[in-house]
Amino acid sequence: MFEGIQRNLSEALKKLRGRGRITEANVRDAMQEVRRALLDADVNYTVANDFVQRVTERSIGQQVLRTLDPSEQIFKIVYDELVALMGPVDTGFHFAKDRPTVIMLCGLQGQGKTTSAGKLALTLRERGRKPMLVAADLQRPAAVDQLKVLGDQIGVTVYSEPPPVSPVDVCRRALDHAKKYLLDTVILDTAGRLHVDEMPMDELRQIDRSCRPDQVFFVCDAMTGQDAVNSAKAFNEALDLNGVILTKMDGDARGGAALSIKSVAQVPIKFIGVGEKLDRLEEFRPEGMAQRILGQGDILSLVEKVASIQQQIGEEERLEQQRKLEKGDFTLDDFRKQFEQMKKMGPMKDLLGSMPGMSEMISEDEDPEKAFTRIQGMIDSMTKEERRNPDVIDINRRRRIAAGSGTEPPEIKQFLAQFTQMREVMRKMSQMSIWERVKMVTGMGQKGAFLPGAKVFNKKGDTGHRKSPKERAKERKNKRKKR
Amino acid sequence: MVFRAIFEKLKVGLSKTRGVFSGFASLFRLRGKVDRNFLAEMEKRLYLADVGVTATFLIIEQVRQSFLNKEIGEDVETFVKQQLKEMLTAGEGISYAANGPTVVMVAGVNGSGKTTSIAKLARRLQQDGKKVLVAACDTYRAAAVEQLTVWSERIGCEIVKNQQGSDPASVAHDACERAKARGFDVLIVDTAGRLHTQKHLMRELEKIHRVVARQIPGAPHEVLLVLDATTGQNAIAQAENFEKAVRCSGIILAKLDGTAKGGAIFAIKQKIDLPVKFVGVGETLDDLEPFDPDSYVEALFA
Ligand SMILES: Nc1nc2c(ncn2[C@@H]2O[C@H](COP(=O)(O)OP(=O)(O)OP(=O)(O)O)[C@@H](O)[C@H]2O)c(=O)[nH]1
Ligand SMILES: Nc1nc2c(ncn2[C@@H]2O[C@H](COP(=O)(O)OP(=O)(O)OP(=O)(O)O)[C@@H](O)[C@H]2O)c(=O)[nH]1
Ligand SMILES: [Mg+2]
Ligand SMILES: [Mg+2]
Repeated sequence: MFEGIQRNLSEALKKLRGRGRITEANVRDAMQEVRRALLDADVNYTVANDFVQRVTERSIGQQVLRTLDPSEQIFKIVYDELVALMGPVDTGFHFAKDRPTVIMLCGLQGQGKTTSAGKLALTLRERGRKPMLVAADLQRPAAVDQLKVLGDQIGVTVYSEPPPVSPVDVCRRALDHAKKYLLDTVILDTAGRLHVDEMPMDELRQIDRSCRPDQVFFVCDAMTGQDAVNSAKAFNEALDLNGVILTKMDGDARGGAALSIKSVAQVPIKFIGVGEKLDRLEEFRPEGMAQRILGQGDILSLVEKVASIQQQIGEEERLEQQRKLEKGDFTLDDFRKQFEQMKKMGPMKDLLGSMPGMSEMISEDEDPEKAFTRIQGMIDSMTKEERRNPDVIDINRRRRIAAGSGTEPPEIKQFLAQFTQMREVMRKMSQMSIWERVKMVTGMGQKGAFLPGAKVFNKKGDTGHRKSPKERAKERKNKRKKR
Repeated sequence: MVFRAIFEKLKVGLSKTRGVFSGFASLFRLRGKVDRNFLAEMEKRLYLADVGVTATFLIIEQVRQSFLNKEIGEDVETFVKQQLKEMLTAGEGISYAANGPTVVMVAGVNGSGKTTSIAKLARRLQQDGKKVLVAACDTYRAAAVEQLTVWSERIGCEIVKNQQGSDPASVAHDACERAKARGFDVLIVDTAGRLHTQKHLMRELEKIHRVVARQIPGAPHEVLLVLDATTGQNAIAQAENFEKAVRCSGIILAKLDGTAKGGAIFAIKQKIDLPVKFVGVGETLDDLEPFDPDSYVEALFA
C-alpha cells in the first residue's frame, strides 16, 4: 500500500520535479491520492477532507527542494501533520494521593474493554501499584467470570457482587472495599453499550457521578470505520474522556479511527492493544500510527532523509542570512522571509521580543497579527528594486506603496526608518547568530522549530484533574454561549 | 412482519443520529440537476456508510452516466436504490443437509458477535422446530465456554464443551458424534475470535473444519462469518481471508442497531460474492433477522 501511494504520489507530482514552488494546482492530484489513502485507512470522510485541505495549504508556497522527489517532500509534510495531530502522548495515570485512584473503561460492545482492564491492571502492577478490578458488566453472559479468570491469571483482586445488584452500587461499594484493603488503583470494567441507547448511557453517567473516576478511557477497536467519530463524540459528551485505548492493533487494520477520534473529540490515544494476552499492551506512538495509516513501508527512513535535506537547506539559508547581516545588506525581502518563518512558530505576540527592533515597529495597542499583515502589505507593494534597496524610495514611491497597501505615506516612511535602524542593530548583533538569539529570547530552540516547515505544537496540559460533572456542564454552557 | 421489524429497528438506530449522519433522503430532496455537487454529496453519504473507495466510485459512476444534468427527483432515487439493491442478495436461510445433522460453523475476528449470534440463531432454529446442539469450540478466551453455557441454558439447548485450554478440534469432534448419536437436526459450532492475519489460528480453524467434514459427510453445511457492522474497510480483508481458509457460505452482520451501516458488504459481495444471510440488531435473543436488501438500502436512506 505504501508503495502504492508513494508511486501514485510520485506520478502525480512528476511535473513538479526540480521546479519552483508548490501551488494548489500542481499538488491537487497528489492530494487526491493522499485523501484516497486516508479513506482506505478508514479515516472519517470529513476528517480526511479537512486534513487534505490543511496539508495543501501548508504545502503551497514551499520551495520544491532540488535534491528530492517532490512526492517525498509532500509525503513528509503529510506524515508530519499526522504525527502532530495524533500526538503528543501522555501515558501517565496521575494517581490520587489520599484515596484510591479510579480508572473507568467504557465503549461499544466487544471492543476489548474487559481484556484491556486486565492489561491495565498488569501494567499498573508493574508500575508499583496495587490494582483491583471491578466487574461492573452485569449484562453480558459470564462477563463477571471472564474478568475473574483474567484477574486470576495475573493475581489481581476482582471485586464482584452476586446478582441482583446494580452496576452503580457495585462500583460504589468496590471503592470502599479498595480503601479497606489498601488497594490503591481501581479499574472499573463496564458493560459494552451503544452510544445511542439512552438508559445504558445514563447508567455510565451515574457511575461517573458516584465514583468520580480520575481517568475515563474509551476502548475502541482499531478496525472501526467511519462510525468511530459518532461513538467517540457521544461517549466524550457523556463522560469527558481522558484517553483512548485502541485495541486489536495486532491485525492489519490501518486504524484511521485513531486520527478521526483525535480530530473530532480531541481525545488522545494513550495505549494500544496488540494481542489477546494480558501483556500485550503498549504505549501509543503517533509516529508508528502515522506510518500505519499511510500504509506499510519504510516511511521512517524517508522521513529522515527529507528532514536531513531540509536541515541542510535551512543551514545554507541561515549562513546566507548571517553573511548578509554581517555585510549589512539584509534586504526587505530577507526581512519578510524571516517573519514569515516566525509566523509558523506560534502567536506573534509571543515572538515580538525575538527579533530585535521588531517590537518598536508595532505600537502597544495594535494587534501584532494585524501589524504584521500591515507591514507585509507594505513590503509586498514595493517593487523588487525597492525591496533590495529601500534608499530609492522617495515621496512619489511612498504614495504609490501606501495606496497599494492601504496605509498612509508617513507610515511607510516610519517603517523604513525603523527597518534601517533595525538592520544596523542586527548587523552589530550578528556576531551572535540571530537564530541563537531568537532561541535565547523565546526558549523555543527545541523541536526543530527552525527547520522550514516544522511546527511547534502546544502540548495539551494534562493536569490529572477530572472536572466534576457540574464543572463540565458549566463549561459546556459557556461554550454554547460563545457560539 | 420480519421485514417490518428490522426496518423499524434499523430506522430507530439511524434516526437517533440524524444530526451526525443524516441519511440519503435529504439528498434526493435537493433541488436542481444532478451535477458535481450532487454527486459529491452522494459520495459523502456512501463513504460515511463505510461503502469504501472502490464500491463508492462504481456507484457514483453509474449515476453519473445515467443521470448527469437530469433533474433530481424520484427517478434518480429509484435508480440509486435499485443499483444498490442489485449489488446485494436476499439472505437465504440455512441450507440443511439432506439427511443427518446440519452443521453450521461460525467464525470471525475477536468480539464481532459470534457467540451472541449463535445463541440467537439457535433460538431461531428451535422456533422452526429444529433440535439444536451447540459446541463450545472457543476454548481459548476467558469464560467463553461459560458464556455459551449461559446462553444454552437460557434457550434450553444442549451444549458440548470441555475446559478452557483444551483442543477445540476435539470438542468439535465430540459434538459431531453427539449430534449423530442423539439425532440432532442442527449443530452450531462456536469458534474463538481470531484475526485473519494470525496464521496459526487460521490453521486451527481449518483443522476444526476438517474434523467436522470427516465426522459428518458434507459438513459443515454452512460456514457463517460474523462481521461487526462498525468495522470499516478491514471487513473486506477479513472476508477474503476467512473465505480462503474455510470457504464461507454467508455473513452475519452484527451490531447493526448502532449508527454504523456496515457498508463494506457491497465490496465483499462484489469481490468474493459472499452474501449477508442474517443481521444482528441487538443483544437479546430476538435480535437476529434474515438479511433483506430492500430494507437495508431503505435504512441507508432513512
Ligand atoms: N487480537 C486481539 N484481540 C483482542 C485485543 N483486545 C481484546 N481482544 C479480544 O477481543 C474480544 C473481545 O474482548 P473483550 O475484552 O471481551 O471486549 P469487551 O469490550 O469487554 O466486550 P463486551 O464486554 O462484550 O462489550 C476477545 O476475544 C478478546 O480476546 C487485542 O488487542 N488484540
Ligand atoms: N448492540 C449489539 N450488540 C451485540 C450484537 N451482537 C453481539 N453483541 C454484543 O457484542 C459483544 C461481543 O459479542 P460476543 O458474541 O461475545 O462476540 P464474539 O465474536 O463471540 O467474541 P469473541 O468470542 O471474544 O471473539 C457482546 O457484548 C454482545 O452482547 C448486536 O447485534 N447488537
Ligand atoms: Mg467486557
Ligand atoms: Mg465468542
